[in-house]
Amino acid sequence: MANVIAAASAPELSSIETSVPELLSMTAEAPDADKYSACVHCGFCLEICPTYQESSDENQSPRGRVYLIKEAAEGRLPLDAAVIDPVFACLDCRACETVCPSGVQVGALIEEARGQVHAAQLPRGINRGLEKLVLRHIFPYPVRLYAIGFLLGLYQRSGVQRLARRLGFLRILPRHLQEMEAVLPAVKARPALQTLPPRMAAQGVRKATAALFTGCVMDVFFASINEATARVAVRNGLEVVVPKQQLCCGALQIHAGDRQQARELARQNIDAFLATGAEYVIINAAGCGAALKEYPELFRDDPEYHSKAEEFSGRVRDISELLVEVGFEAPTGRVDHVITYHDACHLCHAQNIRDQPRRILHSIPGLKVVEMQDSERCCGSAGIYNLTHPQMAGQLLERKMDDVPEGVSAIAMGNPGCMLQIRTGVHRRQQDIEVVHTVELLDMAYAEEAR
Amino acid sequence: MLAERIIAALREIVSAQNVLFEANQVKAYDCDAYVAEKSLPSAVVFPESTDQVSRIVKLCNAESIPFLPRGAGTGLSGGATPRNNDLVISLARMDKLLAVDFDNQRAVVQPGFVNLVLTKKIAERGFYYAPDPSSQSVCTIGGNLAENAGGSHCLKYGVTTNHVVAAKVVLPSGEVVDFGQPFGDPVGYDLLGVIVGSEGTLGIATEITVKILKRQEAVKTVLAYFDHVDDASRTVSDIISSGIVPAAVEMMDQLMMQAVDKSHYHVGYPLDIEAVLLVEVDGLSAGVEDTARRIAGICKENHVRMVRTAKDDAERALWWSSRKMAFPAIGRISPDYLVQDGVIPRTKLTEVLRRIAELSREYGLRVANVFHAGDGNLHPLVCYDARIPGQREQAMKIGERILELCVDVGGSITGEHGVGLEKIEQMAYMFSAADLQAQRRLRDVFNPRDLCNSGKLIPQPARCAEFRDTQKSAAQHMNPTGRDIFREEECESC
Repeated sequence: MANVIAAASAPELSSIETSVPELLSMTAEAPDADKYSACVHCGFCLEICPTYQESSDENQSPRGRVYLIKEAAEGRLPLDAAVIDPVFACLDCRACETVCPSGVQVGALIEEARGQVHAAQLPRGINRGLEKLVLRHIFPYPVRLYAIGFLLGLYQRSGVQRLARRLGFLRILPRHLQEMEAVLPAVKARPALQTLPPRMAAQGVRKATAALFTGCVMDVFFASINEATARVAVRNGLEVVVPKQQLCCGALQIHAGDRQQARELARQNIDAFLATGAEYVIINAAGCGAALKEYPELFRDDPEYHSKAEEFSGRVRDISELLVEVGFEAPTGRVDHVITYHDACHLCHAQNIRDQPRRILHSIPGLKVVEMQDSERCCGSAGIYNLTHPQMAGQLLERKMDDVPEGVSAIAMGNPGCMLQIRTGVHRRQQDIEVVHTVELLDMAYAEEAR
Repeated sequence: MLAERIIAALREIVSAQNVLFEANQVKAYDCDAYVAEKSLPSAVVFPESTDQVSRIVKLCNAESIPFLPRGAGTGLSGGATPRNNDLVISLARMDKLLAVDFDNQRAVVQPGFVNLVLTKKIAERGFYYAPDPSSQSVCTIGGNLAENAGGSHCLKYGVTTNHVVAAKVVLPSGEVVDFGQPFGDPVGYDLLGVIVGSEGTLGIATEITVKILKRQEAVKTVLAYFDHVDDASRTVSDIISSGIVPAAVEMMDQLMMQAVDKSHYHVGYPLDIEAVLLVEVDGLSAGVEDTARRIAGICKENHVRMVRTAKDDAERALWWSSRKMAFPAIGRISPDYLVQDGVIPRTKLTEVLRRIAELSREYGLRVANVFHAGDGNLHPLVCYDARIPGQREQAMKIGERILELCVDVGGSITGEHGVGLEKIEQMAYMFSAADLQAQRRLRDVFNPRDLCNSGKLIPQPARCAEFRDTQKSAAQHMNPTGRDIFREEECESC
């Protein structure tokens, strides 16, 4: 059916405009009418929306976007730039869902609408070639992904990076990419998916078995956080298994509207993790965690995988969530830092995880936690948003950095995308602040005990 | 769609990125939070200064373009709906806090400044801005001024007009004038009093001076469950007639409780009570404790099932969120809703609720009720599904009948949401032709060409009956010769 739609709508915009209603009744990717009908247009979401805060434009607000999605879905608006741009300019941060009294699932609607645009192959004003290369041809293939990671590591270690920086070769890149290049963490030679043993016995009495989801960005750039996650879980009575057949979670593809690709990834992940029989699936990346928990959304029209997805998603826990759920041992080792905590959108808004990371931080001796103003506002990372919408992402990063309290020596968070983005912010301001994952601090505190 | 030269002129005033004019770009501005009627604006402009607003308005005058101001678009009566394809002047980018004078308790804001943000900015020094409409986290002070917005705590603290002391206003001609003064009572005619609540028909406020208040030392919030609505309403009357002045007295009925309990703000109301009361008292610590106890006592005299005070700030906040999120939470149980805003004498509450229940049965549409019980301001929410042909019309019909009911028992058609588009028909039910004509005359002084938010608040004498009535009463009152002086207002439908 997808082919039929593509054939009917590919040629030019005018034909798409007239065929939108028919197209929608045909396509499985049409936004769910029940989801947009839940919006009563009250506008309570406006002020919380980072893009509305920046633009004050109704089109760039959750209410506006849901309205445009509805009007397009019901054929009163053509599916053109006036709808597509706002839909793709959404950060998918879900802050609106936190405040929505009516319970509108704005994130899911945005993702469905992007799926609809993707299925209809409509232009949407960003570099699709690059995005397609990354999301279709690199992320789904661990070999290619890790090859890139390996090359990056080589680039950093061999001296080429130093040379390129000295000779100014990087100046041909746009500013945001230059900045990002400057803050890429030192890439490990091998990802944790390869270095971690397939099974690690629990320390002490076994509370449960947990299968570790290693992710892509996390494992390429922050393999050591995956290792720390495994150590911390084992230390707290969890037997940890690492299913080697796992793939990218598909979150980035879902955000970009490529639901077909996301479904393929999801099917394999569901099968690989259910086969382990583990009671829990551990994830330490907020964006991936939210996507894994929302797998059932992808299979609205596939009863078999819908029920498997329900079973799988029911087991997914963020590492902070799981530690608090099964009970974690307060460390006795000291970590001396004045720290502030940034709530990754996909932890606080998408998964309602706010208290657990803070409990972990407060349990660490020596750590002084200072709350950040508006800690739940998006930092602008938002998956690959900082690549597709660098200007808005840059504005939001500036605001985030303005909110970092004076005198902190580190910022903790639970998402690799935010870590890269906020590292860029720290670099931009030439600050002496470390950017860390919450679980790294706990791991450090446990390590200090031995000394 | 506006002529190209007009678009160019607008861009000249506010710069290109601050003008939206393509039909698809302005779609999101075809209504506010009142969704029953929609109409596309000719364009949307985002000025950033009084001068820009004034130049835009002058351009509209020169080109005879209807225009209207818009804040956050959270209004519930269609005040910002461009029914004449008006040019929408969005004040959302005029969102600065211009000055705060703590010693003299005044703040100056631009119209797009959000109500609750003001409180947040001054909270550290123990101050707050009192008017608290349920949408206070998003609605703007400019919009509050236009609608003379109320809120839960207006029972004790008064509505917007009691808190706005001065305003810079761009008149519908484009002229910039200052009304009111920061200190002391108005000198001369109280033109600020005319502007506040004029629903954007008399001009656009671009700088607003408001009072800020010092937080009370203590606050107690009481929650009470009642098996019967009449017990709850008697409790409200008894509290007030005992001499207590609560900061707020709110009531919700069972259907409303069910909707909010499905939202993030779950209180867990029993499914078999008819009404819940939320009563708040504030003041000095010693007095507040005692008053809360007296309120609990009055509840008990009226067969309350359960009554208690909030144990901490978190519980108090939850109870308030449950109440303040009530309107949109209706989306949990209905795809569309229409909220009414009638006011009745407190003692008529039981009777009016019974009549509303009868209307609900008669039209086959559910009606949930939430209201500022202390001042008799009802908010019946009529649930409907716009996708089912005819339901929207039925919902509007119930709404009209409810408002007429409020007028019949001696009340009014709006407490705080404004007339806008929604209640304009009921104006003629509430006022005589002469009353309306007097109001029209006032509007004509400020807005002689009727370009500024035309078709809102005061109905045109469109119906022959009213037109003749107008002529007759005007003739009697003002022109004993009976000479026909209103010929220019010929009824459109004749």
